[in-house]
Amino acid sequence: MQGEDSQLSMTRRDLLRLIGLSAGGAAMYAVMNRLGLAAESPYKGAPVLQGAPRGTSVLILGAGLAGMVAAYELRQAGYKVQVLEYNQRPGGRNWTLRGGDTYTELGGFTQHCQFERGLYINPGPWRIPYHHRGLLDYCKKLGIPLESFVQVNYNAYLHSAQAFGGKPQRYRAINADYRGHIAELLAKVTQQGKLEAQVTKEDQALLLDSLRRWGALNDHYAYVAGHSASNRRGYDKEPGGGLSAKPLDSQPLQLHDVLSSRLWSGLADGENYEFQTTLFQPVGGMGRIGEAFGRQLDGVIRYNAKVTAIHQDEHGVTVSYEDARRSGHIQTAHADWCICTIPLSILSQIPMNVSAPMAAAIGAVPYAASVKIGLQFKRRFWEEDEDIYGGVTMTDLPINTISYPSNDFNRKGKGVLLGAYLYGLDAYQFTAMPPEERVRRAVEYGSQIHPQYKQEFENGVAVAWHRAPFTLGCFATWTDELRAKHYDNLCQIDGRIALAGEHASYLPAWQEGAVTSAMDVIARLHQRVVAGGAA
Amino acid sequence: MKQLLFIVVLLLAGTGNAVAQTSDSTFYTYDSLKTANGEAIFHAICQGCHMPDAKGATGAGTYPALANNPKLASPQYMAAVILFGRHDMPSFAERPADRKNFFRDTMLTDEQIAEVINYVRTHFGNHYTNNITAADVAAMHPQSVATKP
Repeated sequence: MQGEDSQLSMTRRDLLRLIGLSAGGAAMYAVMNRLGLAAESPYKGAPVLQGAPRGTSVLILGAGLAGMVAAYELRQAGYKVQVLEYNQRPGGRNWTLRGGDTYTELGGFTQHCQFERGLYINPGPWRIPYHHRGLLDYCKKLGIPLESFVQVNYNAYLHSAQAFGGKPQRYRAINADYRGHIAELLAKVTQQGKLEAQVTKEDQALLLDSLRRWGALNDHYAYVAGHSASNRRGYDKEPGGGLSAKPLDSQPLQLHDVLSSRLWSGLADGENYEFQTTLFQPVGGMGRIGEAFGRQLDGVIRYNAKVTAIHQDEHGVTVSYEDARRSGHIQTAHADWCICTIPLSILSQIPMNVSAPMAAAIGAVPYAASVKIGLQFKRRFWEEDEDIYGGVTMTDLPINTISYPSNDFNRKGKGVLLGAYLYGLDAYQFTAMPPEERVRRAVEYGSQIHPQYKQEFENGVAVAWHRAPFTLGCFATWTDELRAKHYDNLCQIDGRIALAGEHASYLPAWQEGAVTSAMDVIARLHQRVVAGGAA
Repeated sequence: MKQLLFIVVLLLAGTGNAVAQTSDSTFYTYDSLKTANGEAIFHAICQGCHMPDAKGATGAGTYPALANNPKLASPQYMAAVILFGRHDMPSFAERPADRKNFFRDTMLTDEQIAEVINYVRTHFGNHYTNNITAADVAAMHPQSVATKP
């Protein structure tokens, strides 16, 4: 057996070496995957597009991540690529607002970002899960440095205006007390023999042992003040050095108080697949990705181009556009094929001759309301006064979330935090306000959690996505019913037109949805081009 | 739960369920939204996209004006758009809460839909006199239409 095994692995190694020599590392990796030697992953790398017919052209609408991934890959494959973009910058929703930036939303409300140099807010996407391999791959290719994004911070707060007199509670304490009490209850039930029917005697012993560890129970399976509980929830007086160094244990909250506070509803967020450690952010702001793509595509992207009509016939696709800053003078661009990444909120208003099922899909998906507000403070009081470094505070106030910067830890001077991340009815109402009122209210609400706000606040910016001139909404809110009816129709190649973007993915609002939808669509389009010969 | 407001926030901090007011406007929770009339709904929700002067706005796409728009001649058309949504505009109809959506749906009663339509059709330079009623809106729900003889 051993001999057979080693013979087999010799054969495999030889095979892999041969493949590696002739086809390169990526091919070898693909074969290793098939042989079960490397970790499985749904991400297969950027598609290899070979044999593009000479001179075949593709017109891409939108220079967000989907459009720029498509442009980048198709150009490498030898296609003639042109991109039309409404904004005067690349990135779309991949975007960072920094000091000195000006942003005018629909209705003409203009904000001048006053942040100090180096400080920023990401109005759109702001975190990258470790399993978003497509996006991470492009960050690597484009040389974009990443740093950790802190999602869960045990020392940040869970807050309810209705609980504990409105006093914010440390995530650490609620987490420890919730678990401790549950562990104690389950241990009691086990010891009373009430699980006999479901759990064997042996497993009951193991269960009790595990509950003691999981819930920080004492030797009698009780969750009470003492070393084990304090080691989870923190101390009333921290242990230190020298005289008077002895720690003082803290007193756990009562089970009833924990339950009725409903603060437990904020405990599991960080356990969702998308928010599990490790997460990343680009150094200097999420917009670094779009900016880097824009440099790669220098001269390929035409900015300030507002698409007004899309028309296809058997020969190709003609797109009419005008200057986004001065309407009236219509120009046209023509190509053999078109990849359109314009958000459905806008595309549903643009005349385009596609099949009835695709047109129905484009018009069927409502867009989410969402508002983000960045606030600059004179000092990083959350670090200096409260030992909060990165992470998220959850509250039932309309601001919903406060997120502390995951960069420049422990630095002196000013800081910018995310002072609100609203959705649903709260977002509708904040969208309906002038930007300065949004900021004012975010400061008022936030000061219930951090009283320092009143003293330390300097300035802020507020982005309401329904008023963003280039998206008219935050992201496509598919429901299961809408997907069943329309999703496949949306993703088909319709004649010479195909769509891409987060709206054409099962990762709504995530950049990875835009990236993987672009990869999928260019692979299918390329296949069609090659199969059909030169256009 | 979510209604403490600027200016009066100091007075009201921690008082929970009170619906606070500011000089600008009321801030609604999903529960207190039920008490909003047509005018309040317009200013809390509709004007986010259709703008405070109801003139709409244009960027890469357009939010239609609700002022000087011939489509407003039909209050039923407006009711249909609010009930069923249109393009990127979501539906605001009352419906079961168990739908799997990203965020909690914002819902208006038929009465409120009628009120906001009547408000818009008599303001912003609109002078329509034919009001729509809650019963008219109710009759447009799919189930009502289906059970009609």
